[in-house]
Amino acid sequence: MPKIGVFVCHCGSNIAGTVDVEKVAAAARTIPGVVVACDYRYMCSEAGQETITKAIREYGLDGVVVCSCSPRMHEATFRRAAEREGLNPYMVEIANIREQCSWIHKNREEATEKAIVLMRAAVAKVKRDTPLTAGRSGVTRRALVIGGGIAGLSTALDVANAGYEVDIVEKEPTIGGKMAQLDKTFPTLDCSACILTPKMVEAAQNENINLYTYSEVEKVSGYVGNFTVTIRKKARFVREDRCTGCGACMEKCPSRKAKNEFNCGLNTRSAIYIPFAQAIPNVAVIDAQHCLKLQTGKCGVCEKVCAAGAIDYTQQDELIQREYGAIVAATGFQPIRPYQFGEYGYGRYPDVITSLELERLMNAAGPTDGELRCPSDGRKPKNIVFIQCVGSRGQTCRDKSYCSKICCMYTAKHAMLIRDHWPDMDVHVFYIDVRTPGKNFDEFYRRAAEEYQVDYRKGQVGKIYEEDGHLMVQGSDLLEDRQVLMPADLVVLAVAVEPSPDARKLATMLTASMDNNDFFTEAHPKLRPVESPTAGIFLSGMCQGPKDIPETVSQAGAAAAKVIGLLSKKELTANPCTAHPEEVRCNGCGECEKVCPYGAISYEEKELRVMGRREKRRVAVVNTALCQGCGACTVACPSGVMDLQGFSNRQILAEVDAICR
Amino acid sequence: MQRIKETLTHWLQSGQVDRVLGWKEGDMPGLREPAFFENAEELKSLCYDAFCGPNLSKFLIAAGEKDGVTAVVLKPCDSYSLNELIRENRVQRDRVKILAVPCEGNIDPRVFENRGVLSVSIEGDQLHLTTLYGEENEPLARCFLERCTVCRGGRHAVYDELLCPEAEETPQKGDRFEAVRELEEKSEEERYAFWQETFSRCIRCNACRNACPACNCRECVFDGAALDSRQKAAAVPFEESLFHIVRAYHVTGRCTDCGECSRVCPSHIPLHLLNRKMILDINTLYGPYQAGDSDKGRSPLTDYTPDDCEPNQGKGA
Ligand SMILES: Cc1cc2nc3c(=O)[nH]c(=O)nc-3n(C[C@H](O)[C@H](O)[C@H](O)COP(=O)(O)OP(=O)(O)OC[C@H]3O[C@@H](n4cnc5c(N)ncnc54)[C@H](O)[C@@H]3O)c2cc1C
Ligand code: SF4
Ligand code: SF4
Repeated sequence: MPKIGVFVCHCGSNIAGTVDVEKVAAAARTIPGVVVACDYRYMCSEAGQETITKAIREYGLDGVVVCSCSPRMHEATFRRAAEREGLNPYMVEIANIREQCSWIHKNREEATEKAIVLMRAAVAKVKRDTPLTAGRSGVTRRALVIGGGIAGLSTALDVANAGYEVDIVEKEPTIGGKMAQLDKTFPTLDCSACILTPKMVEAAQNENINLYTYSEVEKVSGYVGNFTVTIRKKARFVREDRCTGCGACMEKCPSRKAKNEFNCGLNTRSAIYIPFAQAIPNVAVIDAQHCLKLQTGKCGVCEKVCAAGAIDYTQQDELIQREYGAIVAATGFQPIRPYQFGEYGYGRYPDVITSLELERLMNAAGPTDGELRCPSDGRKPKNIVFIQCVGSRGQTCRDKSYCSKICCMYTAKHAMLIRDHWPDMDVHVFYIDVRTPGKNFDEFYRRAAEEYQVDYRKGQVGKIYEEDGHLMVQGSDLLEDRQVLMPADLVVLAVAVEPSPDARKLATMLTASMDNNDFFTEAHPKLRPVESPTAGIFLSGMCQGPKDIPETVSQAGAAAAKVIGLLSKKELTANPCTAHPEEVRCNGCGECEKVCPYGAISYEEKELRVMGRREKRRVAVVNTALCQGCGACTVACPSGVMDLQGFSNRQILAEVDAICR
Repeated sequence: MQRIKETLTHWLQSGQVDRVLGWKEGDMPGLREPAFFENAEELKSLCYDAFCGPNLSKFLIAAGEKDGVTAVVLKPCDSYSLNELIRENRVQRDRVKILAVPCEGNIDPRVFENRGVLSVSIEGDQLHLTTLYGEENEPLARCFLERCTVCRGGRHAVYDELLCPEAEETPQKGDRFEAVRELEEKSEEERYAFWQETFSRCIRCNACRNACPACNCRECVFDGAALDSRQKAAAVPFEESLFHIVRAYHVTGRCTDCGECSRVCPSHIPLHLLNRKMILDINTLYGPYQAGDSDKGRSPLTDYTPDDCEPNQGKGA
């Protein structure tokens, strides 16, 4: 019978406050095979670890069970301790009596009973543990950054400057992201393009950076240090190596009715286009939906006017396969389209716009050359009403439950800029709260309210309607405790932000987890904020949660540091908990290969000895370098032949038995 | 019948196949049993009629261990089982040559069970029995196996030669899920009582498992020592139910609803209901799926698409 030691941690009062730890230790002592069981205030402390190593020495333990926090926290700590004492680290099991027990229960008796059950299951498992040896795997010294907004660009530049190769995959024809559409940026009011463009150029010129624009990630396989990614480079119908970005084609293209995405659809563009003057790469792209040649076969004007001979109507999507050691998600966000808020009339009244649309209307390179005009008739607005928190912080299903974090500040920015450029315009802001935590943020807001006399009103707008060709805004002023009704020429909705709509598809490919709002989740909200729980996947920018530019850039740098840390390793410890089929019983049916997300399974004709007879037949073979131990195959195998080291079917059933006893 | 024998004799004699898998008369009246035929002489005893219930496809796994090509006579529903076995790499397609024969339904031997029959035959629209007690008749229409009353139609999922191409168009009959829906309507207690009563009749003879083409593990968990499951199953009073539930899950997504389990059960347990419940659930959750329809691809349970239903989306089982 193997000799087992059980060590119950108090975790201060975290566990001991709800669980009778002594009782758990006492219960352990009654289990056959358990030769020592004790409790201690902090098992992870040096003295706590010493208790364990001492017991291994004194009792000659074959297996150790630590009843403590989640294995995610300290499994590695306790395994290292066992290893120091000469015990195979995989002979250590953790019973999670904190996250899965003490933290979620209030009743001491029930919690103690559950802790005992969890301990019993871990003892049952450790008795069937076998010593395992971890292999090693190499690291591909190249990173992939998905998304070329300010987040992706910053991470890529930091990684590239540390000497590693980086590929950026951007789905739009140009890098830059939302920041390229902004006019001025809070809190310093510097021009967005002026600070972004140099970064874009730097990325394009950095010899360690490879840009794949107008491209998307199609498939991801492999694991930390060794990912294989298929990138779909969409057909531009323009040869990147020839196009000089002169723009002659854009001038001559007869199809001019496509909505200009860069200007939020406030004006139109030609079917062949370069999104904006500073686009990188400065290469045209044909929007196949609107191209007459591609739709009807007739036209071909751009081909005729292009002096560089860059137009190629026969271009096809290209699939590129590349290897990476690390992947960074930087897919950013989009503002919601607030159609569901019928009371504001967005979509019904052209003069009700979103803040991003306002950015374009105030931008010198925008559809009005920077002159603020009403979209309906081009008149100069006199009364402008801002509504904050549209779709944020709500309790109903039309709203996001979270605060979008950036709207208070950019609304203050917009209000201030308008009052600064056009002092004759009146600006009113309806708000729930004004939230300005951040360096120089509150000062910024107060400047808007005090120096620029922006009319801030605490309260919400109930309705916007049209009367005699004028928009009327009806809202409440909570401080004055009365209803207000004011005419408006322009209404600006500070709408909620949401993650990029493709993010979920990507998360599935990356096996990275997301929260209910489709923001990527971090491995630990406080201690590992830029890592995804999936090894080798990192998070940068808005795809992880709402952020302004300063915060985005800091996070991007942090993600880069993590990537550099990974790429600088010579090799990684592989996971020894891999799958293996019991060949004699494997019938080669092929189900396991179908479910393996890492492509680790193949089939071989093998000669086997079955009951004294030799026979040659097809059986499953697991490539242990690729296997990540997810266990999918073990449950897919109809014959129960696939088994996972360290989590064998027998062990799991023994745990279930111990729980049900 | 004549054409079947001619074709098979030709295949054998021309060396296209090394043996034939078909049916011959069984030991008892009205029963046929699977048999291998190695030459023209042996083929004389091959038979094919409404009494040929057994699904031959599973025997091709064993045949695959011999050298050469095996010819097999397949009814429409059996062809799905074979196709599924090909999909699961249990039978190699190029090692079988399939003669697809039409089927007008199989006689349910239960009709003449315990009646002291000496011989049975079909006379017009009557099943004619000669028994120890004299001559008896049963209206033929009432003598078919349950699976034939809800026949999926005449199409073969896989074949090399069609004996009767026009029969492929024979349409489907009835609604095979009706009985499942009726059960679903019942309360939890009623369903539990129904299955407890039903399974209590199980004598653990393993006939269902042995006949099932999807039950083809090299070693069954209920026999093997691998998971201590042998002892475990026997240790609980719930054993029979457990056996059948585990088996139903085991074949989910792979069961073609060939109906062999119910046909061979000596205790008349309607095992097909369990399998059809699983099929119905798969159809509702993942869209219509027929195991054995194709010899490639993934069953819904080993396939994943981002728009798969969420775990708690299904309706209560
Ligand atoms: C109206 C408005 C005003 C603002 N004003 C300010 C301000 O004044 N100051 C400030 O600090 N912040 C401001 N912000 C916030 C700022 O825009 C964001 O903090 C910043 O853009 C976040 O950068 P990002 O790279 O994370 O996301 P994004 O800018 O959204 O970049 C993401 C990039 O990823 C690409 N992408 C998405 N999905 C995929 C995919 N599947 N594959 C490949 N590529 C993909 C996108 O095309 C995009 O290029 C403002 C935001 C708005 C809406
Ligand atoms: S456990 Fe199985 S399915 Fe998972 S990675 Fe390993 S071989 Fe593939
Ligand atoms: S699923 Fe099981 S039986 Fe089928 S090939 Fe894989 S290990 Fe073998």
